[in-house]
Amino acid sequence: MKSTKVRMLTKQTILFMALGFATQLSWAIDAQGFQKQYSDEAKQTASSARGEKFFTSKHGKEWSCATCHNAPPTSDGKHASTDKTIAALAPGFNAKRFTDEAKVNKWFKRNCNDVLARECTAIEKADVMAYLINLKK
Amino acid sequence: MKKIISICLLALASSAVLADGNMLPLKIPEKVNSECASCHMLYAPAFLPKESWGRIMGTLDKHYGTDASLDPQSVKEVSQWLFQYAGTYKRVNGAPPNDRMTESEWFIRKHRKVSELTWKHPKIKSKSNCMACHTTADKGQYDDDYVRVPK
Repeated sequence: MKSTKVRMLTKQTILFMALGFATQLSWAIDAQGFQKQYSDEAKQTASSARGEKFFTSKHGKEWSCATCHNAPPTSDGKHASTDKTIAALAPGFNAKRFTDEAKVNKWFKRNCNDVLARECTAIEKADVMAYLINLKK
Repeated sequence: MKKIISICLLALASSAVLADGNMLPLKIPEKVNSECASCHMLYAPAFLPKESWGRIMGTLDKHYGTDASLDPQSVKEVSQWLFQYAGTYKRVNGAPPNDRMTESEWFIRKHRKVSELTWKHPKIKSKSNCMACHTTADKGQYDDDYVRVPK
């Protein structure tokens, strides 16, 4: 009787641990994770050099990524129309960056539209991630 | 006598605070802060009528020159909060042109003594940059006591 109860408890604990591990896995995203996700999607290897060029160039509209995020984006930037401070973008200089998938999706969607008047492609995003990850203290 | 004077002073002080102070509700939901105050300071819902806020929340993909689009659930939550306090500033009277608070009659009247040169000051740049002069605008405090026009 007692051993059945213990076995059940053990089983339950293992299940809980597995569940906890799984949730942690799906939550713990970082800059490298995004780069991998985007280059997998593009079926192409990311290039930091291409990312830098993309980031610092204008794409037919008034602003480039660097207009607000600086080049290199390792220090606080300034919003082009409101002047509000934008915390550093490169993950090596701001640990909070690229840790929240919904936030990353939201800003890529908005900012690509502001800079390119369209969504960014997977390889464009992969390249930018490679560029940002390469920026180190 | 002393008591009367102090009561008068107190009344005067509180009426001054009420005059143009505290345009923001005391508690701001986290959602509102994160979604409405990352590119600009949090504008008080009191300054625009519900009608204007409704249009603004319906056109976030074209938000004064930038894409500020949000997921439907966030739009719903933020709108609810905006509508709750919309137009509670006593001078709001209908939707201003372009749903811009800076084009409201009360805004124009209150800033009539500000020269064109001042508006163009590099630290001001735009009429929507409340914080350039109203140093406590982000706290909802627009009282003249806290105004510092950049020189």
